[in-house]
Amino acid sequence: MDLSWMAWTWHTGLFFGFIACALTVMTVWEFARPGGAPRKGILGLDTTRGDRLFISLLGSAYIHLAWLGLVSAPLWGATIIAVLFGLAVFRWV
Amino acid sequence: MNKTWNNKAWFMVLPVLLIVAMNAVVPLMTVVNYSVQDTFGNNVFFFEGARWFREVLESERFHNALFRQFSYTFIILAIEIPLGVGIALAMPRSGVWASVCLVLMALPLLIPWNVVGAMWNIFALPDIGLLGYTINAMGIDYNFTSQPISAWITMVLMDVWHWTSLVVLLAYAGLRSIDDAYYQAARIDAASRWSVFRYIQLPKLKHVLTIAFLLRFMDSFMIYTEPFVLTGGGPGNSTTLLSIDLVKAGLGEFNLGIAASMSIIYFLMTLLVCWLFYTLTMQGEKE
Repeated sequence: MDLSWMAWTWHTGLFFGFIACALTVMTVWEFARPGGAPRKGILGLDTTRGDRLFISLLGSAYIHLAWLGLVSAPLWGATIIAVLFGLAVFRWV
Repeated sequence: MNKTWNNKAWFMVLPVLLIVAMNAVVPLMTVVNYSVQDTFGNNVFFFEGARWFREVLESERFHNALFRQFSYTFIILAIEIPLGVGIALAMPRSGVWASVCLVLMALPLLIPWNVVGAMWNIFALPDIGLLGYTINAMGIDYNFTSQPISAWITMVLMDVWHWTSLVVLLAYAGLRSIDDAYYQAARIDAASRWSVFRYIQLPKLKHVLTIAFLLRFMDSFMIYTEPFVLTGGGPGNSTTLLSIDLVKAGLGEFNLGIAASMSIIYFLMTLLVCWLFYTLTMQGEKE
């Protein structure tokens, strides 16, 4: 199958690979240690693990955009903040 | 009690998942790929990293289009939601006239978007259109093809004409589902018309209004066809909303990288708003 029209680069491949891995890990995690019942976090929202992954990913996207718009330093800074943000979301939200 | 749910039924969703993958996920992946590259055609691409995102986020053109988009959505919601509720309250509760009103209300919703745009374009023309000619005959200088203010008024009027009905129908359905016992209790307490609205009808309408708000927000935030057919984004750039600017960048100027990064930012904004509304609605229902 010719996928050249999709104009893949290894960077974007890695990005989607990460998303696919995250979804797979979440599935395996749920099978191994079911804990998907919603809990109330510091935002006052009932969130499941899936919700927390979604919030982490969406938040990370905005963190990267804010970094691009406001800071001229390399993007790695935003990635580090995003990872910390994701960990905080999974721990407390 | 720890109850294990049987999740096998999820396999029934697989066909839908495949269709969504083909018509949404694969094109979206392609957009992400385009957003980090540059091309001069012939399917030859050069990696550019986050350059287009930076350019879009810093470009005045994008800021202006975004500002126009939010202004448009805000004006639309500020008019359509109260107007829709008002009309729903004024409509008869039952009988022949209730049916007549419902049919009349549903009519604008049946007309395709591009037809609405073309209709209003001709309707508002200052020399041959009924609306434009009448306004000018009253001594008001009105020409939506050359005056930004007139273009905006026409664009907003068109949307209000087309979509207020949706809010009316939703609010009407919400009002009809309120149990008569509430009104009886209000009558016993000699509650005023305003108190009935404020303490009975409005709280009961909360959910349908959230849905109406969400639908109208999303529709007006992503609107393209109607303003494009009406004004084409002009005069100048005064009615160039985000979606029109996106098409100009992507298909008019063939700036695939810029258009792709704009699309992703646009997508993230709609995603955030959808998630917020969905979460708030769900939390509200639980409470």
